[in-house]
Amino acid sequence: MKTVEPAPAAPSRREQGPPVNPVKRARPVRTNRDWAHGLLMSAPAVAGLIAFVGIPFGYAVVLSFYNVRLGSPLEPTFFGIEQYRRLFTDPDLSGPFLRALLNNLTFAVVVVPLQTGLALGLAILLNRKLKGIGLFRSLFFMPVVFPMALVAVIWRLILARSDEGLLNSALHAVSFGNWGAFDWLGDGATAMASIIVLSVWQGVGFQMVILLAGLQQIPGELYEAAELDRAPRWQQFRHVTLPGIRGTLVFVAMLTSVLSFRVFDQVYVLIHGGGLDEDATRTVMYQAVTTAFDQNNIGQASAITVVFFLIVVALTLIQRRLVRPDNED
Amino acid sequence: MATTRAPLRRFADYAVLGILAFIFVLPVLYLLLGSLKPSDEVLNGLTGFLPTHLSFDNYAAVLDALNSDSTGYFWRFMGISLLVAFVVVTGGLFVNSMAAYGMSRLKWRGREAVFTLVLLLMLVPFESVAVPLFYMFNDQRDTIFIQAVPFIANAFSIYQFHTFFRSIPPSIEEAARLDGAGPWRTFFAVIVPMSKPVFASVAILTFLMQWGSFLWPVLMVSDPSVRPLPLEMSVFQGQQPPDWGQILAFGVLLVLPVLIVFAFFQRWFVQGVASSAVKG
Repeated sequence: MKTVEPAPAAPSRREQGPPVNPVKRARPVRTNRDWAHGLLMSAPAVAGLIAFVGIPFGYAVVLSFYNVRLGSPLEPTFFGIEQYRRLFTDPDLSGPFLRALLNNLTFAVVVVPLQTGLALGLAILLNRKLKGIGLFRSLFFMPVVFPMALVAVIWRLILARSDEGLLNSALHAVSFGNWGAFDWLGDGATAMASIIVLSVWQGVGFQMVILLAGLQQIPGELYEAAELDRAPRWQQFRHVTLPGIRGTLVFVAMLTSVLSFRVFDQVYVLIHGGGLDEDATRTVMYQAVTTAFDQNNIGQASAITVVFFLIVVALTLIQRRLVRPDNED
Repeated sequence: MATTRAPLRRFADYAVLGILAFIFVLPVLYLLLGSLKPSDEVLNGLTGFLPTHLSFDNYAAVLDALNSDSTGYFWRFMGISLLVAFVVVTGGLFVNSMAAYGMSRLKWRGREAVFTLVLLLMLVPFESVAVPLFYMFNDQRDTIFIQAVPFIANAFSIYQFHTFFRSIPPSIEEAARLDGAGPWRTFFAVIVPMSKPVFASVAILTFLMQWGSFLWPVLMVSDPSVRPLPLEMSVFQGQQPPDWGQILAFGVLLVLPVLIVFAFFQRWFVQGVASSAVKG
């Protein structure tokens, strides 16, 4: 990657520095001073990370072994692995949770290849020296800056169930009135597909930019050589482009799969007032939030959180595995 | 043969790009047009795209509708979002760059351990600490403090600064040090001014993430007097019956600040995203 070049700063020649330090002689002195300074400089951020990430994370694990409820007069009681047993095997409680896991999995299995493939296609299209290519890049990237809460609302209109909905009336026009009005969000069969489409629309620009940077690292000579060999475009793609961005591609795919397990905003907004089918689209995070917030069941929500984290870590470790060999050669 | 095909190919490229871009931008176009049309003409099939009866009435109506203690005030939602984003971005630039400098350019015992800790914490997504944080800070609900402070220290920002500072040649610091500047002075007077690119891309990335923040406000904020814009978007769109013109006008106002930032600084932004990811 083009490492951002620091500006060629002139060595500061300050007219009046601080009073010249008499102890300018030895290294050990400076290292000693550095010790305190380095620690002091790092302290605020590290303290913040420990307070707001490290401790809460450990606390989540602890809470998941207790029966804790918010606003309950009862003292928290130790629960062992009961929360986890309930999540996975209790006939009353495991239903929504396992459904959420399955939904998340479905979402990931569809979105990862779809979004990565689309991003790669766009990146290749945009990796040209054409006039105005920058404008096209911006257009495809633009949805990334849209808050998900807004994206959900826009698509709520596009997918509205009445025959006045944008997609419905477009289908109506195309089929000469033969296709009825679909309830895209409310119908369990299409609800998840709707969430997938709007999520890909919002997110694909992000992956595209990363892949574009990867493509630009492939030396142009490789393509010139392929041209000389009269290799058709498809061959160039297979033998030059794909090997050249293999590492980036794996990275993007894994990043997308981690992101796809974090899905929450759009599902929450559309279930609360958008008529989205709840059971077909609830995700693991949605489940954690409703368990903590609507049911005040902190212990159970923490257990969901821990399961969520284990999935994300597993995906991250797989990513490391897959990316590393490529970095070495 | 190749030469005769070139213009044709170029034309095909433009055609494909143009069609794709058009489809891609349709939802944004619909948002813009809808926000300017009378509410009953928005959800109206394909005619929703016709620019009929355009006016800014919906914008005035939003400001009018969100103008009491029970509904909250529009400018207050906006103010809360801006304030929280400001605190997170400026506070974050300060503490994270300082920490990264301490960990990359000063030599002290234990710095490797501390940096490893930062890298490990980078793996913990916010989602997996949201529930315990919600429980720990339950008495801080509905404050600006709890919306902003947990997000100031950011492991990923530290990592981005760290990567950049590491690439600065040591001779520059040596010169400053020989002039008698201590590490603090060296950092603020020499390193910071020459690190504008990384400050810009971290700032913009942080702002973008913060502006759309939704999960945390859902858990922590119920009082309209401290509610940020995206959460209000969710509340506002849930009203019955929905007033589509107003909802879309609200949406435009929600995305406008971040679009402006994007339009002016997109180079830094795209560079920041791409470089961090490719290096990652």
